[in-house]
Amino acid sequence: MPFIPHTPEEIEQMLATIGADDIETLFDEIPANIRCQSLDGIPPAASEMEIAREVQAMADRDAGALNFIGAGAYEHHIPAAVWQLTTRGEFYTAYTPYQAEASQGTLQLIYEYQTMMTGLTGMDVSNASLYDGASALGEAILMAVRVHRKSKSRKILVPASLHPNYRKAAETIVKHQGIELVELPIDPQTGRIDPTALEQYSGEDITALAIPQPNFYGVLEEADELTAWAEQNNTLVIGVVNPFALGLLKPPGEWGENGADVVCGDGQPLGAPLSSGGPYYGILCCKQAHVRQMPGRIVGRAVDADGKKGFVLTLQAREQHIRRSKATSNICTNQGLVVTASTIHMALLGPVGLRNAAALSMANTRKLVEKAAAIGIAPRFSGEYFHEVALQLGQPAAGVLERMAANNVLGGYDLGQVNPSMADSILVCATETKTDADIDRFIDTLQAAL
Amino acid sequence: MSNIPSELKYTKSHEWISDNENGTVTVGITDHAQELLGDLVFVEQPEVGKELEAEEACAVVESVKAASDIYAPLAGEVVEVNEKLEDEPELINSDPYGEGWLFKMKLADPDSLESLLSADDYAAEADQ
Amino acid sequence: MLIFEHATPGRRATAQAPATMADIDLPKRFARKSPTGLPEVSEMQAVRHYTRLSQKNFSIDTHFYPLGSCTMKYNPRACNSLAMLPGMLNRHPHAPLSHSQGFLQMMYELQEMLKEVTGMAGVSLTPMAGAQGEFAGIAMIRAYHDSRGDAERSEILVPDAAHGTNPATAIMCGYKVREIPTDEQGDVDLDALKAAVGPQTAGLMLTNPSTLGVFERNIMEIARIVHEAGGLLYYDGANLNAILGKVRPGDMGFDVIHMNLHKTFSTPHGGGGPGSGAVGVAERLMPYRPIPVVARDGDTYRWLTEDDLPDSMGRLSAFAGNAGVLIRAYIYMRMLGKAGMPRIAEFATLNANYLEKRLVEAGFDAAFPQRRASHEFIITLQKEAKELKVTAMDFAKRLLDFGFHAPTTYFPLLVPECLLIEPTESETKEEIDGFVAAMVAILEEARNEPDTVRSAPHTMPNRRFDEVSAARKPDLRWRPGE
Repeated sequence: MPFIPHTPEEIEQMLATIGADDIETLFDEIPANIRCQSLDGIPPAASEMEIAREVQAMADRDAGALNFIGAGAYEHHIPAAVWQLTTRGEFYTAYTPYQAEASQGTLQLIYEYQTMMTGLTGMDVSNASLYDGASALGEAILMAVRVHRKSKSRKILVPASLHPNYRKAAETIVKHQGIELVELPIDPQTGRIDPTALEQYSGEDITALAIPQPNFYGVLEEADELTAWAEQNNTLVIGVVNPFALGLLKPPGEWGENGADVVCGDGQPLGAPLSSGGPYYGILCCKQAHVRQMPGRIVGRAVDADGKKGFVLTLQAREQHIRRSKATSNICTNQGLVVTASTIHMALLGPVGLRNAAALSMANTRKLVEKAAAIGIAPRFSGEYFHEVALQLGQPAAGVLERMAANNVLGGYDLGQVNPSMADSILVCATETKTDADIDRFIDTLQAAL
Repeated sequence: MSNIPSELKYTKSHEWISDNENGTVTVGITDHAQELLGDLVFVEQPEVGKELEAEEACAVVESVKAASDIYAPLAGEVVEVNEKLEDEPELINSDPYGEGWLFKMKLADPDSLESLLSADDYAAEADQ
Repeated sequence: MLIFEHATPGRRATAQAPATMADIDLPKRFARKSPTGLPEVSEMQAVRHYTRLSQKNFSIDTHFYPLGSCTMKYNPRACNSLAMLPGMLNRHPHAPLSHSQGFLQMMYELQEMLKEVTGMAGVSLTPMAGAQGEFAGIAMIRAYHDSRGDAERSEILVPDAAHGTNPATAIMCGYKVREIPTDEQGDVDLDALKAAVGPQTAGLMLTNPSTLGVFERNIMEIARIVHEAGGLLYYDGANLNAILGKVRPGDMGFDVIHMNLHKTFSTPHGGGGPGSGAVGVAERLMPYRPIPVVARDGDTYRWLTEDDLPDSMGRLSAFAGNAGVLIRAYIYMRMLGKAGMPRIAEFATLNANYLEKRLVEAGFDAAFPQRRASHEFIITLQKEAKELKVTAMDFAKRLLDFGFHAPTTYFPLLVPECLLIEPTESETKEEIDGFVAAMVAILEEARNEPDTVRSAPHTMPNRRFDEVSAARKPDLRWRPGE
């Protein structure tokens, strides 16, 4: 019996202790007329050897392409040590650290994570993580509404330059609470939030403004100017960042005069493989003053009965298991295991490694843009970009990408999916994992597909 | 039995109310309530200027393992909150009727004070 | 020692990142000037540090972990090693369908298997945790009522024994919550339920077996009462492990369910996530499933998105949920197979009833002695707390010294001084007997040397913490120069 250790003798002894004739008797409180007789849709058991062969074949079907797609999930080198350590049973098979004394490994690691994330973002406080970047934006918006009690409009400005699925997920999460997400258009030249569109909201009661950095199109937003507008307008700032980019970019805690109020984003680029979109983790940081409105687990340092330092889950009275219907969120867990990987990843990169990997990603994408220019392809937007760029192909992108894929090059993300007016453009990302030969292959394959 | 000063008014939900005799009252939680809650770690206060209805949940006190609502004893406007509690919530435990007061409110109807429990009534309630 | 305290300026794990900085033209106004604060350590220092940290954890791989309501069963290693094949890890979420057929086939088959074991008409895999599955479920109930113009339904009913996520979720979906009491036998109080339902009822959230560790016997009557009032029935799948292959939520009359794949289907808990909270729906809720969902057209697989399901309750993540977790659940289900599924429920239930019986024989009080245990049960230490002044928390902490992770303490809130104990099917009889022996030994200590129990643990990296000071003056990050 797979994963069940009982011998027939033990089963007999246990039933005798219980005083039941057979195991079936133990289910006698379930009404007989609704009992399940047989699960005919489930295939017979596969042995480890058999399932390994099947899964290997499925994995092979999808493997082998050279990938230049980013659009919210980025290919980076993950040192071998990261997941070897992360999948140690002591991390992999532990639960939420409710018994602090028997969970110091996980708790200390999360405290280290919180320290690293506050350092990267320039914020005062980080929680222990949320599910992913998109749902973290939803939680960040709910948090901003709770924090900004003086603002009665519950209106959030969400730019069109923010990842489309982040906007959709945030809408799903906040829409039942009387919160209105107002789309802020982009300037079609620069690919940034249109400053004149923002100006129209001056003087209006706006609860918060979300600022993506870099934005979905890879373009760097004028975060200082946008934050300054928000500060003048008594509007909170929600930064939506790629933490990998923060190795080079000004952290949201330093935007404008006083920095962002809440920061969210996806931690995937720091140690999580692409893995078909998850598990990743959501970042959530904030200013000290807002910590009691933060959702999710938070680890704090404490002293024990001997005066020795250690770590505990803290500020738990915010959470659903205590506050029930009045909790800050229904969220229970964080993404513990991915945060474990990410913390180890950040420790192995260090400040210089992170900066150099970010710089090389940026340089590689520039190299790709230069080589694309040689075959007559130019960026769609004029705004400065980090490691991802929209290229205008002059013909339907979908067909071009399909022909590239037939040559095992995944050439980018079809922007027509976001906006039909961009159906001739692709979003391309060349991280530090791409060599000159890879970039040449991209250009050759693109040229052939045009 | 815990301390229940006879000069104060009370609610069934364990708030005490002191008449400042200028149209305002001071509100806190009783000694009995702080004992039940245990060591308090945080207080969430109402905004000054907020209009409260009687029995409206308007503040929260938190211990490590619980969060409890504080209810407005009567209708009125919040005129001051005890800012010391922001850094020292333990004042509620050590001095519930003094330094551990929560907020002051201007009553919509000064006569409404009469509707509250006396110390003896509250003692009988708390006993149950 | 923290990783930051191992750091030395200028030291680097050089091999794993570019050695030099590429030339870039980043305008000054975008550039970072302040340090990131990441530690400067060698690769070996990091490996040693995190290996040592791991050793301070209890885990399923190292300890019996009978944490009630969490289903801490063995996580087969094959699920992990196969989910970490390069072809699985390197697939981009936006990869074209031509490079996704292996993955999509797996997800489609997982949807089909979950439909079969739950008796539901359709499944969506995208919710990333149980709480998100709950949210999706209640949002679907809302979408259903709204689509019928049935806007008066403003209330979700929740038994008082429910997990705290249930009321929190209902509020996030814009509903009011009304609690329904539980009777002395641990069942929902039917009279109270009848009195509570009405035209304002949007639905009832129910866990079955309940958080009290017993099967809700009146489930068909409950379903009738709620449905006749026009409400829908939501199944919280927290305890699905107890009934897998024995009785299906769809056959009990539930309209929408979530499953905790990290419990029943053995994906790792990972120190608190990632989980996966796949949802199943009855026919009438099919249009509202969260997107994306996988569909099969002939021999090929594709995503259903906004175009296919325009009435969907929406997206919950940037992509398609915790794919890596779903892969692990798929592999586990395939290894169990048709015959293995009901065995899970059978042996989880056998272990729980055996452990409960042995503890009762040893003098402990079961919360519901007249009932069968499901895959878990509650003992209450009210007597010990009163007579010996040794609490459930003291027992929990002392168990750590005996090499057992503590059961769930002080949940559900209805039972005072409770331990919610879930041994799972993967534990051996001798492990369970060892746990009983430890409980007996602690009871003996509670009588003879109670301070040993009250001040436990004694053998862990830390003693009990001052959580009050930690919450009053939160120290949430290390600062340089400490």
